[in-house]
Amino acid sequence: MTQGPVPQISLTDGVFVLEGDLLIGTIESLNLRQGLAQTIDLSRVAQFDTAGAWAVVTLERRLQDAGLSPRIIGASPLQTDLLATLRQNMPTKDGAGVMRMTLADRLDQLGRKTVSAFRTALAIIGFLGQTVATIAGLLLHPARIRWTAIVHHMQQVGLNAVPIVALMAFLIGVVLAFQGAAQLRQFGAEVFVVDLIAISILRELGILLTAIIVAGRSGSAFTAAIGSMKMREEIDAMRTLGLDPIEVLVAPRVIALILMLPVLGIIANFAGLLGGAIMSWIELGVSPGVFQSRLVGNTGVWHFGVGLIKAPFFALIIGIVGCFEGMQVGGDAESLGRLTSTSVVLSIFLVITADAMFSIFFAIVGV
Amino acid sequence: MTDNPIISVRGLVTRFGKHTVHDGLDLDVQRGEIIGIVGGSGTGKSVLLHAVVGLLKPAAGQITVFGESVRDTSAEDYRRLRKRWGVMFQDGALFSSLNVQQNVEAPMREQLDLSDETREALAAIKVRMVGLPEHALQKMPSELSGGMRKRAGFARAIALDPEIVFLDEPTAGLDPIGAAAFDELTAQLRRALGLTVFLVTHDLDSLHAICDRIAVLAEGRVLATGTMAQMQDVDHPWVQAYFKGPRARAALAQKEAV
Repeated sequence: MTQGPVPQISLTDGVFVLEGDLLIGTIESLNLRQGLAQTIDLSRVAQFDTAGAWAVVTLERRLQDAGLSPRIIGASPLQTDLLATLRQNMPTKDGAGVMRMTLADRLDQLGRKTVSAFRTALAIIGFLGQTVATIAGLLLHPARIRWTAIVHHMQQVGLNAVPIVALMAFLIGVVLAFQGAAQLRQFGAEVFVVDLIAISILRELGILLTAIIVAGRSGSAFTAAIGSMKMREEIDAMRTLGLDPIEVLVAPRVIALILMLPVLGIIANFAGLLGGAIMSWIELGVSPGVFQSRLVGNTGVWHFGVGLIKAPFFALIIGIVGCFEGMQVGGDAESLGRLTSTSVVLSIFLVITADAMFSIFFAIVGV
Repeated sequence: MTDNPIISVRGLVTRFGKHTVHDGLDLDVQRGEIIGIVGGSGTGKSVLLHAVVGLLKPAAGQITVFGESVRDTSAEDYRRLRKRWGVMFQDGALFSSLNVQQNVEAPMREQLDLSDETREALAAIKVRMVGLPEHALQKMPSELSGGMRKRAGFARAIALDPEIVFLDEPTAGLDPIGAAAFDELTAQLRRALGLTVFLVTHDLDSLHAICDRIAVLAEGRVLATGTMAQMQDVDHPWVQAYFKGPRARAALAQKEAV
C-alpha cells in the first residue's frame, strides 16, 4: 500500500477514465457522484485493491440506477476477478448502520431494564436461599464441610485484611477526635468527645467501614475468582463430576466471611478507640485514664452489641453478592470486569441500606 | 517463482530461557504463494509466526519482509511495514469489547483517515467476503460461534488489503465442512486479492487443498520444503509418519476421489 499517484477520474467522450492508484488510502479523493457515461475505462489504473473495486462497483451501480448499462473496459484479469467478488459482496442497505433510537425504543429499554432489575433481585434472593440451604445441610453433615477451603478463605478475607482495617479505623478515630474537639470546645464540653468517639465508632463506623473495605477487597476477589472459573468452564466441569459449586465454592467463602467480619469489626473498634484516645490526649489533654473511665462508665455495652450484631449480616450480603455476580459471568472477558465492578457497588449499596434498616429497628426496640 | 522472496528468514535462533526453539532456521516465502508451515507440537510454528511479524525478539538471525528488516528498524518504518500484512491469531483474537463491525474497522480507524461511510461500506464488504451474514456486523464476539469468530478475525486481517496474511491454525477446532469452507475462502481471497498466505496448520486436508508449498519444522529448523508430492519422498521419520500416516492417506484418497 505504498502511496503512488493520486487517483483521478475524468469524463471524456462518454467514457469515465480512471487513473493512478485506486487504493484504500487514496480512494476518498475520488468524486464518483457526477456525470453519466456508458463506459468505465480502467486501463490506466496502476494499483487496485478492494477499496478501489468498491469505488468502481459503486460508480457502476449509480449508472445502472440512472438507467444505463455501463461496461468496464481495460481491466486486468485480477481486477476483473476482484470486481466480480465485490459485486457478490456489496453490502445491502438493511445490514449496516446504527439504528436511530425513537421514544418508543427508549421506553421499551426502560421497561426491559426495570424488569431485568427485578429479575436480578429475585435471582439474588434465590441464590441466597440456595446458599443458606446448602450451609444448613453442611451443618447437619459436618463431615462434608471443607475445612481447608474455609481456613484458606479466612486467611484471605480476615487475617490479610487486618492491617488495612486497623489503620483505617485508627485514622477515623483520630479524625473524629480532632473534629469533635473543635466543636465541643466551643461549649466547654471537651470531655464529651469520649462519648462521641465511643458511640459513633462502636455503633456505626467501625463495622460499616470494615464492611465497605471488605466488600472492595474480598467481594471483588470472589467475583473475579468465580467468574474466571465460569469463563473457563470449570464450573461446568465441577457439575459433571457431581460437585455442587455452591457447596465447593460459595459456602466456604460465605462461611469464612461470616466468621471473620465480626473479628475484623472488633479489631476496627479497638483501633478506632485507640486513635480517638491518642488524639484526645494530644489535642484536649484528656488523659488515657480519664478516657478509659468515661468510656466504661458512660457508654453502655449495648453500643458495642449493636455494632457487632450487624457484622454477620453484612458478611452474608458481601459474600452472596460477590459469589452471585461471579456466577453471572459469561464467555467474554468484558463481562468479568463489568460484573466485578457491579459486585462491589451493589454490595456496598446493600450494606449501607441494611445499616439504615438496622438503625430504624434498633431505634424502635430502644437499644 | 522470482528470486526475490517476499519473506526471508536467515539463521533464526529463538530461545525461551534455556529452551531453544529455533536453531538456525532458514525459510523463504515467494510472492503470491500459499505456504503451509507444519510440525509437531512444540516445534515453534506459532513462535516462527510471531517472530516474522515482529512480536518476538529473536536471539539471533535476520528476518526480512518485503526486503526490509522487521526488527532493528525505526518505529516509523515498522508501522509502515505492518500496514502491509494482516495477522489472524488462533480463535480470531477479536477485541471482546467491540462488535464485529468495530473490530473490522479498527485497523482502518488506526491507520487511515477514512469517512464513516466509506469505512462502514468496506467493513461490510470484508465481512461478506469471508462468508459471514451481514447481520453478524452488529454482534459481539461472545455471541459468535468458534467458526464465525475465526472468519471475523480473517475479515479484520484483510481489512487493509494486505499483501501477506498470516493465519495461525485457521481450521483448528472447526468441523470438516467449516474447515473445507475456510480453505476454499482462503484460496478464493488469494486469487481475488493476490495475497501471499503464511499458513500455520496441522490440517492435512488444508495442506492438500490449498498449499502450494509446505515447510516442515523439526529439530529447530526447516527440515524440508516442497510440494505435497515431494513430501512423500523426504527421508525423515517424522515426515514419513506425518505424510504417510492413516490420516494423510485418507486426505490423499479424498483428494484423488474429487
